[in-house]
Amino acid sequence: MVSAMSEQVESLSTIKARVNDVEVARTVPSRTTLAQFLRDDLGLTGTKVSCELQVCGVCSVLVDGKPVSACTYLAADIDGHRVETVEGLSKDGVLHPLQAAFVENFALQCGFCTPGFLMMAKSLLARNPDPDEAEIKEYLDGNICRCTGYEPIVHAVQDAARRMQQESA
Amino acid sequence: MTEERTVAGQSVYRRDLYEKVTGAATYTVDVVPGGCLHAKILRSSYAHAEIRSINVESALKADGVVAVLTSDSLAGLFPRFGHIVPDHCILAIDKVRYYGEPVAMVIAENQLAAADALELIEVDYAELPALMDSDAALAADAPLIHEERYQSSGDESFSAMAATPDDSSELPPRNNIAHDHVLEWGDVDAAMAGAALVLEERVHYPMLYAYAMEPYNAVAQFSEGSLRVTSTAQHPYMVRTDLARILSLPLAQVRVEVPYLGGGYGSKSYTKVEPLAAVGAWATGRPVKLVLDVEEAIYTTRADSADVWVRSGFDADGRILAREFDLVLDSGAYADNSPLVLAKAVNRCFGPYRVPNLRARGRAVYTNTSPASSYRGFGAPLGALAGETNLDRAAAELGIDPVEIRLRNLVNHGEEILPGKRGLDADLKADIQLIQASLARDASQAAGTGIGYGLTASDAGAFPVSTAMVRMQTDGSVVVLSGSTEMGQGSRSVLAQLVAEELGVGMNVVSVVQSDTGAGSYERTTGASRTTTLVGLAVQRACDDARARIATMAAEVYDCAAEDFEPAPGGVLRPGGEMVGFGEIIMRWFGAEAGEVTGIGLVRRDGVTKQMPPFWEVGVVGVEVGVDLDTGVVSVEQLVTVADVGFAMNPRAVEGQDLGAATQGLGGALFEELIYDGPQLVNPNVVEYRVPRMGDLPKKIDTMIVERGDGVGPYGAKGAGEGALNPMGAAVASAVARAVGRWPTRLPLTPERVWRLANDLPESD
Repeated sequence: MVSAMSEQVESLSTIKARVNDVEVARTVPSRTTLAQFLRDDLGLTGTKVSCELQVCGVCSVLVDGKPVSACTYLAADIDGHRVETVEGLSKDGVLHPLQAAFVENFALQCGFCTPGFLMMAKSLLARNPDPDEAEIKEYLDGNICRCTGYEPIVHAVQDAARRMQQESA
Repeated sequence: MTEERTVAGQSVYRRDLYEKVTGAATYTVDVVPGGCLHAKILRSSYAHAEIRSINVESALKADGVVAVLTSDSLAGLFPRFGHIVPDHCILAIDKVRYYGEPVAMVIAENQLAAADALELIEVDYAELPALMDSDAALAADAPLIHEERYQSSGDESFSAMAATPDDSSELPPRNNIAHDHVLEWGDVDAAMAGAALVLEERVHYPMLYAYAMEPYNAVAQFSEGSLRVTSTAQHPYMVRTDLARILSLPLAQVRVEVPYLGGGYGSKSYTKVEPLAAVGAWATGRPVKLVLDVEEAIYTTRADSADVWVRSGFDADGRILAREFDLVLDSGAYADNSPLVLAKAVNRCFGPYRVPNLRARGRAVYTNTSPASSYRGFGAPLGALAGETNLDRAAAELGIDPVEIRLRNLVNHGEEILPGKRGLDADLKADIQLIQASLARDASQAAGTGIGYGLTASDAGAFPVSTAMVRMQTDGSVVVLSGSTEMGQGSRSVLAQLVAEELGVGMNVVSVVQSDTGAGSYERTTGASRTTTLVGLAVQRACDDARARIATMAAEVYDCAAEDFEPAPGGVLRPGGEMVGFGEIIMRWFGAEAGEVTGIGLVRRDGVTKQMPPFWEVGVVGVEVGVDLDTGVVSVEQLVTVADVGFAMNPRAVEGQDLGAATQGLGGALFEELIYDGPQLVNPNVVEYRVPRMGDLPKKIDTMIVERGDGVGPYGAKGAGEGALNPMGAAVASAVARAVGRWPTRLPLTPERVWRLANDLPESD
């Protein structure tokens, strides 16, 4: 923690990035996290924050297709990169197969962890379009859900994988 | 109306889930009004200390800082809150009672400025002896944590807790007991003397944290003598009462709104951070937002831990002759809801068994630790760990099967558990045999495995005060108002299902608006699994009321008697058989393409809900564990639950509640424990306070639902959502005992503890 900030000049960073296929440009304090940038500067409040220690997975978003924890990732580090958040999943009002599968498998209750699960699951299915149960559990073990007991989430990811394979077949 | 149901009882997709998967759903943390200031809290760095002085001068001068508040800033306000005893300081007054207690609040133009300025506040403390557990707090020479006495503001049952100023002659001696509760009948001593087997033990239930993933947060606006707060509150009407007292406002001038909650599980019951945001808005005249981080949330409210002693006497056939319990809850620095948790823990500790002679005593003890309050299960898991493992040990001593000893002692359907209270509205004998059969189908015979059962019955539903409004629109659609909070359990969808069923309209034309004290309908609480049952009854009655009003209007419009109309889906049948929709009758009556009709439903302690409790929520679980004898790691091979819910409004949602509750129960059984070492917690974070993860999923999960229509709620429904958690710790402890050959006396059953048990070493060093 920086003390006596009033006597120091706040360092600023200029960020140009592509967020959910939209070009954005902002200048923000350099200590701004990606989660703060998405939520407070861009108004993309779908990304939530919980543990702030990179262990709960709630704030997971994709940077150039790779999952990162937005709570501890500096916004300045997305300069020149591509970011995907939960708001970018559905297209033209049609739910992404993962979103539809989560609803139809009752894979969420309070929903606070869901954006993080969806982004991690998207990353998993991009690497492995047909994961078995063990692979799903291993990949999503870093995402905490306190409501569901997880089993419906496993089923939803398997269901979404089937839907996506059918769509691409 | 036809008795065949088309919507209620179906696993329809929950409509709130669509908003939640797109990121569009609004949670409290997403609500930031224009011009909003941000608050950060300076917290105590001592467990117990006098505050000599606080210097805020430098902080006030820092960039972006608008105000710095201490208890001195609250002159003219009622500076405390608490729905049972108002012992909880908004900002510490004269002394701090736990590490992490709010001492000062910085309000600034943004969060960074507020956080930076915290470091500029200087507090001079004089340390006092810290009572870090209930043994220390109960010692004869222990200093007092609360020197003051408070006027009780809770239900009548708690009036003994706090004295009024004018009866000082009858005051009991001061001590650190926040509340005590005794339940007894029969002659325990005589029954014990005649018992074939008397078994006693002492167990410890760990200090837990609910970990609702959205930490406590609130935003407040104060202007022209009215206060508006959006917060993470399960019980907005209870919070409203506290806020109105603080600012001396009429209830009608305090509006508390609750959008979607990121988890609750009881931990967001009652007032938490709302007073801080409210006094911030009062002091600055601008909106003030306060968002805690997880560490702050852990220090704001945890669950009560407990030391429980049990002694039971049995006859040679394993029938219970007498039971004695002594429960001591470590309730932390402020009472919050712990007195009620204690009372419920005492009511529930001896199990759903015939106990002819009982003596159960409980004490909730103030300590210099973070305040404890409600958590899913509400005291039931604490006593069950002692009571159920004690029963299992007796079964082992007497050579009786653990299911058989339960069958010999369980009360029957309709039989009283608590004298004078509602008889048990569940068939536990049938339920436990379902568990037994499911476990037996897949049971392993391997070494290092063990099976455990757990049974609980909770006097649930809380005090029945519920209201609902059903607003019929001109196009036939319906707006439902309820003060019950959607916290993930699915009430928004369940109440829509119920209205669609009752009025015969599509769910797509029913919208449910919840938890807005300024523009909704009253609800006492969202807890004790009451919503489907009690709010459901209120909604059902509101639908009846709306139909009656429509019939009266139709009679006027068509110039005949109200009784001439038959109810029909979405409207009424005229005497000739012609169907007229609700909307058409409304428009004809008003004489315009406009208007609305509101039906009102009220539930109180009367009629079907006269006898307490409104219903029993039972917990019926079985587990099979496997223990790695080299490492002590416990794996859950089978998890089997029965949800005895009377009627499942949405079966998949009920299964979700049961699996969620069971999983939290497994967390407390195997992983979770907040640990104090000195004045502060060593693990106030999600790294070291480990909750269940996907990799911990039991290998087999069987969540069964039984529906016998035996509840007082709509279509025979009873509550769900806590049951499967309550006996889980006990079931896992017994399963591990059978796997390793020694009975654990404390949870969680971490690998080290299990390895020690298996190797005949003390459970902890």
